Amino acid sequence: MIHKPFHRTHTDMLGERPAPLATVGVMGWMRANLFSSLANTVLTVLAIYLLWVSIPPFLQWAIFDGQVYGENRFSCKGEGACWAWLDQRIGQFLYGFYPSEETWRINLALVLLFPALAPWLMENVPGKRYLRWFSVFYPIIAVFLLVGGFGLTEVSTDALGGFTLNLVVGLAGIVLSLPVGILLALGRQSRLPLIRWFSIIFIEVVRGVPLITLLFVSNIILPIFLPADVALNSVARVIVMITAFASAYMAEVIRGGLQAIPKGQYEAAQAMGLGYWQSMRLIILPQALKISIPGIVNTFIGLFKDTTLVIVIGLFDILGISRAMVSNPDWLGLSSETYVFVSLFFFVVCFAMSRYSMSLERKLDTDQR
Amino acid sequence: MSATEQAAKDVPVIEIDGLNKWYGTFHVLRDINLSVDQSERIVICGPSGSGKSTLIRCINRLEEHQEGRIVVDGTRLTNDLKNIDAVRREVGMVFQSFNLFPHLTVLENCTLAPIWVRKTPKVEAEAVAMEYLERVKIPEQAGKYPGQLSGGQQQRVAIARSLCMRPKIMLFDEPTSALDPEMIKEVLDVMVDLADTGMTMLVVTHEMGFASQVADRVVFMDEGQIVEQNTPDEFFSNPQSERTKLFLSQILSH
Repeated sequence: MIHKPFHRTHTDMLGERPAPLATVGVMGWMRANLFSSLANTVLTVLAIYLLWVSIPPFLQWAIFDGQVYGENRFSCKGEGACWAWLDQRIGQFLYGFYPSEETWRINLALVLLFPALAPWLMENVPGKRYLRWFSVFYPIIAVFLLVGGFGLTEVSTDALGGFTLNLVVGLAGIVLSLPVGILLALGRQSRLPLIRWFSIIFIEVVRGVPLITLLFVSNIILPIFLPADVALNSVARVIVMITAFASAYMAEVIRGGLQAIPKGQYEAAQAMGLGYWQSMRLIILPQALKISIPGIVNTFIGLFKDTTLVIVIGLFDILGISRAMVSNPDWLGLSSETYVFVSLFFFVVCFAMSRYSMSLERKLDTDQR
Repeated sequence: MSATEQAAKDVPVIEIDGLNKWYGTFHVLRDINLSVDQSERIVICGPSGSGKSTLIRCINRLEEHQEGRIVVDGTRLTNDLKNIDAVRREVGMVFQSFNLFPHLTVLENCTLAPIWVRKTPKVEAEAVAMEYLERVKIPEQAGKYPGQLSGGQQQRVAIARSLCMRPKIMLFDEPTSALDPEMIKEVLDVMVDLADTGMTMLVVTHEMGFASQVADRVVFMDEGQIVEQNTPDEFFSNPQSERTKLFLSQILSH
């Protein structure tokens, strides 16, 4: 075959053509994603079959045959789920043993949480500067509302329970473990041996021990680090231990992010005369944290679910309350219903965190052309 | 010109005496002596691994030296952090890999150091930044992120970013080596313009055209030492050492 000299002049360059119809739109998507090959088609059919045999019976049990009202489990007739306990016990699930005439304080603290979080989680919030100040004071306000004093009826922290306890411990752990984790990650890379060794030992020891044992021994360990006259209540102890535990993981996640930053970024920051803390805050950490978002949120979600472990030191979170309830003769044997309900609570919170982190990643993605 | 101004002009702005540096046991810089006058343009060339980059990185203390004396604009570089900061404020640096901050816009890249290091008010820093972006001919990219720019545009932003600190000395570490051929010229043009303003420049580069057009002096390095230095005319037409001749024949052969 003879190759002819090949060239195009400007006038005979090819124009654009629309893509073939079968590759775009709903049909194109289904072809590409569901029926692209024989194996894929088999999997699609299998998946549809599994959904068909699992979802309708579940809905039948939980909703269509479910019973919502009743005094106890004996009022529930039929095959469906017995939700009667919701009507009777929902207060305990949400508020633990908090006095029922005071639960407005928990509700108020929860409502105030939204303006406190908004300036950190959302970009366009009116009055952002004032809201930031509000969120600085929010922990004090929340503690005041929950514990009381200064005119409000005092409520012992032992009364905290149910989902309130999960939220309090989870939120405090999340808010504290991120900065502590950042400091530990930076400390582990420090040039000063004392700081580096402290960070390494802390991370390795805390990460190498099960959280349950940390909670068990918290009343032995904590007093060693605290002044003699400071006694922490059990909720505060749990917060300290869960924070320590999560921040050890957090530190390693962030260290991974730090190591992904090219050396040139540090050098450019140095060459411009930025000091250590300035270059960390303005140049390195914004990039390292962005890379670490999946790992950070992973740690947050793990931490939040670990709040159910407080049961080992005698606190009753939402899971503890439900375990206690299903061993009560009135509600004996309703574990499916209660655990479905508890799972739903955790799933909603964790899924929200996951979705938020994905949207944050997209927003911070400045590398895309 | 008054006597003191004359005196200030005669004092070299960079003085390097008996500089020695080791990486571990490897002797990377050997007995370097170099003095640079105000507004002087110096091109440093040599084969790779000859220590050219290490030398200019010692000038703003990105590399620590073990022996010898480096004085930049009257400040001696020691372990004293205050001196290091003082030098870094006056010395700008442009890197081979640009090292723009990818999470900040072009404008934010340019205003960051003036705002945080020089404590310039934001409005003023932005005005200065736009002025320099104008000078490197990309003011229209101010709102974009570095990842959206071509290599040549990124390097011009990097030059503007350094200039925003109003440095007295500019260091260039192979500024065109990471660029596609068609983008080298736009960066060199900016550097030629900068040379015309009287900026003191130390440029590590293989662009011999730039050297002969702009440099007051060409410094040739090999094996960690300065082998030869001369005006570009003499350096290219009448190289003295065998090493220089070999190097020139290798890079000018195409």
